[in-house]
Amino acid sequence: MRLLLTTLRWAWRFALAAVVLLFSRRGERKVVRELPASPRAEGAVAALLFGAGLAGFAFVLVYAFDGADTQLLGVAIALALGLIGAALILAAGRVLPQEQAEEERPRFAVPAEGEERRRDEEVERAGLAVREGLDGVTRRRLLGSAGAAAGLGLGAAALTPLASLGPHVGKLLEESPWREGTALVEENGLPVRAGELEVGSFLTAFAAGADKRDLAAAVVVVRVEESALELPPERRDWAPQGLLAFSKICTHAQCAVSLFRYPLYPERSPGPALVCPCHYSTFDVLSGGNRVFGPAVRPLPQLPLRIEAGRLVAAGELSGPVGASWGGVREGS
Amino acid sequence: MRPKRIATLALALLLSIFAIAAWAQPPRATPPGRVSELDRHIDGQTHTPPLEREGRRLFEEGCSSCHGFDGGGVPGQAPSLLEAGEAAADFYLRTGRMPLDQVGEEPLRGKPRYSEHQIRALDAYVGSLGPGPAIPLVRPQQGSLSEGMRLFTDSCAGCHGVGGKGGVAIGAYAPPLGEATPTEVGEAIRVGPYVMPRFSEAQLDQADLDSIARYVQLTQDPDDAGGFGVGHIGPVPEGLVAWFAAIAALLLIARLIGERNEGGEQSGDEDGRA
Amino acid sequence: MIRRGVRFLDQRAGAGSALGKALRYVFPDHWTFLFGEIALYSFLILVATGIYLTLFFEPSSSQIVYHGSYAPLQGQEMSKAYASALNLSFEVRAGLLIRQVHHWTALVFLAAIVLHLMRIFFTGAYRKPRDLNYYVGLTMLVLAVVEGYAGYSLLDDLLSGMGLAIGNAVALSVPGIGGQLGTLIWGGRFPGTGAFFSRLYIAHVLIFPVLIGSLMALHLALIAIPKHTQFRGRGRSEANVIGTPLWPGYALRSLGLFFCTAAVLFTLGGLAQINPIWQWGPYAPYLGTNGAQPDWYLGWLIGALRLVPHFDVVISGYTLIPGPFWGGVLFPAVVFGFLYAWPAIERRLEGDRVQHNLLDRPRDNPRRTAIGAALFAWVTTIFFAGAADRAFVQLGVPYEGQLWGYRAASILVPIAAYFLARRVCERLREGEEHPGRGSDARTVARNREGGFEELGPAGAPGVADADPG
Repeated sequence: MRLLLTTLRWAWRFALAAVVLLFSRRGERKVVRELPASPRAEGAVAALLFGAGLAGFAFVLVYAFDGADTQLLGVAIALALGLIGAALILAAGRVLPQEQAEEERPRFAVPAEGEERRRDEEVERAGLAVREGLDGVTRRRLLGSAGAAAGLGLGAAALTPLASLGPHVGKLLEESPWREGTALVEENGLPVRAGELEVGSFLTAFAAGADKRDLAAAVVVVRVEESALELPPERRDWAPQGLLAFSKICTHAQCAVSLFRYPLYPERSPGPALVCPCHYSTFDVLSGGNRVFGPAVRPLPQLPLRIEAGRLVAAGELSGPVGASWGGVREGS
Repeated sequence: MRPKRIATLALALLLSIFAIAAWAQPPRATPPGRVSELDRHIDGQTHTPPLEREGRRLFEEGCSSCHGFDGGGVPGQAPSLLEAGEAAADFYLRTGRMPLDQVGEEPLRGKPRYSEHQIRALDAYVGSLGPGPAIPLVRPQQGSLSEGMRLFTDSCAGCHGVGGKGGVAIGAYAPPLGEATPTEVGEAIRVGPYVMPRFSEAQLDQADLDSIARYVQLTQDPDDAGGFGVGHIGPVPEGLVAWFAAIAALLLIARLIGERNEGGEQSGDEDGRA
Repeated sequence: MIRRGVRFLDQRAGAGSALGKALRYVFPDHWTFLFGEIALYSFLILVATGIYLTLFFEPSSSQIVYHGSYAPLQGQEMSKAYASALNLSFEVRAGLLIRQVHHWTALVFLAAIVLHLMRIFFTGAYRKPRDLNYYVGLTMLVLAVVEGYAGYSLLDDLLSGMGLAIGNAVALSVPGIGGQLGTLIWGGRFPGTGAFFSRLYIAHVLIFPVLIGSLMALHLALIAIPKHTQFRGRGRSEANVIGTPLWPGYALRSLGLFFCTAAVLFTLGGLAQINPIWQWGPYAPYLGTNGAQPDWYLGWLIGALRLVPHFDVVISGYTLIPGPFWGGVLFPAVVFGFLYAWPAIERRLEGDRVQHNLLDRPRDNPRRTAIGAALFAWVTTIFFAGAADRAFVQLGVPYEGQLWGYRAASILVPIAAYFLARRVCERLREGEEHPGRGSDARTVARNREGGFEELGPAGAPGVADADPG
């Protein structure tokens, strides 16, 4: 408590000092040139510079002997830099001559008398020099066009390799490892067992055999009360025992939908939903991944499931394209 | 540049360096597991009928108006506790989440309303109502830190944030885990309070529980090798520091170095007129 | 000694007179003129610390298992990039210090540019002949934002990976060419091929720094050619510039500012932790964390992505313009587009074709000040909306409610800022006389009949002489 008060008092003093420094007006104006000749200031500058040198050596010592502690290193080097800064500022203000100078500005828009004509002549002369260099060339236009053609061709050739930067978009953005019969595996490669998930739980699963980092490979499997499901008729058999799988990638901006909200007491809390923690797009689980909140538009693609010998297996492909929309993506359902 | 200003500048610089140095304490090693948690764990033998009876009395006084006389719940008010288990009772009571002030609001951490003994009694009573998770035995010192971090990132970070600082769960508040004890972490995982999902033994086993609890302990006292932790919630407070510490300091320095003579003699004129 | 040095240069490069001229270059004094210098010096510190970091960083997305000294990550799969950043932080002596200084400096660099932009905007320093230089400066701001994003994305920790996922979605959302653009940059679908990290790296350490550095040189040249602007004041006119010459005085002062900037940044880098990547863990596309945020200079974009209601332009089942376009592309395009267009808009509004070397104070041009205040208030409101989830956790205000509050505020706040700024400027102007323009105020006295009598203009002689040119 006392520490807090002391801190507050100091903060207040600093704030006050800052305000005074920032807004105190100095009416005085420097004379044109003044020699400060202040031995005391020179001594102070020297002391600051010596201090900076010491701090610099301290940095070296900390680096070499003290296990290079980040905080000590930082303080030492900052002290060295700060002291040099203070020395320079002090020297600028109290050691070197103080002066106010006046300079004429060049004027671009209004050239002086005669100046304009001179500039025109220069431009003219430059043009003449170029033309004289081409004396004797008869078919200038033809050569000009040929040169332009060469330039265009070379430019196109230079830019073409850029195309190898990106493969054809084509089907690439809609590729998916999920087929009818693809098994769901956990991060460690073991198959996902239906009994593993309690009602109100979730886990991340991947298409067996696919790269886990493939955007379309990851799904989130959740389990809800089978009786609570409100799936559309064509998806009625996609969720055996209340187990549903959705693409783990948000259809808004491709973050992982890593938040599963499952109410302990549905009568009084918001319903089961998957949420993306980047922009909080919220997808309703019971109705099959429809958006209920946030900036996403497309529903979360659902993966139809079936249970084979206690293990989860895809009963078909994902219900829509995975990841963010792009021009040409077909809106799912 | 007057010497007074230079002195002020140097002084301010030095002071702020020392102030920050004092403020940003060097990182401390994680204290060896908070073992005392274990002492609290009650094994089956303590569940003597007298304790249950006392629990029932307390339940009827304090809980039955919402959860029903026999813990069967009241439709529209509060859920049945018949399968809640000891773990749920212990979690909600020990973290002060229950009793709620108002039906329907999100239960949030607060000061426990019951004494240690009363909580044990209520745990025993709720546990006797039906099958439900028992209070898990969590031994963070037996867990693996890296396994804990991996599991936490996968299963918990979506709501609580990978640093355990809490977050938005749309419609609900995912609380920070700064005060959560290992047992509470274990209980929450098994119970799934409010809108949190719950995880069975088959999904997260005992070793996983220990590991996650150990990682949560780490987030409560993270390794701040870089200095003062600035809240451990990422770029938002870092931006605040950049603007209100660095830029503020630099503006002050700029103000000390630069003149402020816009309008030149104007201030003099104002003085003259006044 | 000095003379010999100058002669050496003069005889080999003919630089004697240029040097002499440069040393007498006059800097008008005002503390707000130093914001740009802070940005310049931040850039130098960024280059210096950045070179150090390249000596240890390995820009590769190939996956390895970590065996370094940070226990919570041992045995975890991660990219070489992330692992090398961890090693840089824990194994390399002074590595963490330099990394933190680099990151803090990036935040300060952008902040200093924004402050400098505001100074330029509100004082009308962008007017002809400096409009060209204003465009150069704005371009540097755009490049610096992209540069910063590329920088923290390189580390491949959980936060940066989530940022890249969003970046890819924004690239995909560009109408017509989005699919091509996204796959071109990433070398395929997100998270991209191994080549993506090489591209990101070379963009961050070479292409963008060189672009920014070249534009900075151009920026300085375009300042020096027409010379600095200055505020009005005694003896100051459109035709001259009055202030401290580079030597003596200004050079040391400015160098002092450089060292002080470095001192502040090294203090922060040593004592305040920034982007503790070891606490975030490695990234994989299927991982996410609550409360992920970008660095502050992209906060306005995450704010816009969250505020814009869900809306795709869809034609017969095909998406034409996906949602992230509005917040991620259109919004910054409108803000920067307006900033780029403003000098021309103002010239047309005011029919102003002449050169300006004297600055306005914000109050001198209430319309400009009000428009600027509205613009910056708009962006700032949306910026704060980006941190609404953190505000929810810290202060408990429901996120959904905040979202609607910010939607309303993003319309109302700019309007309020416009009228408030305008009113304040007018009041300030009424309350004083301007050295360049004299005053509209009149001194009056009550006469015997109870009426008022004008005693003549209040402006004392000598006030209006500020512009003798």
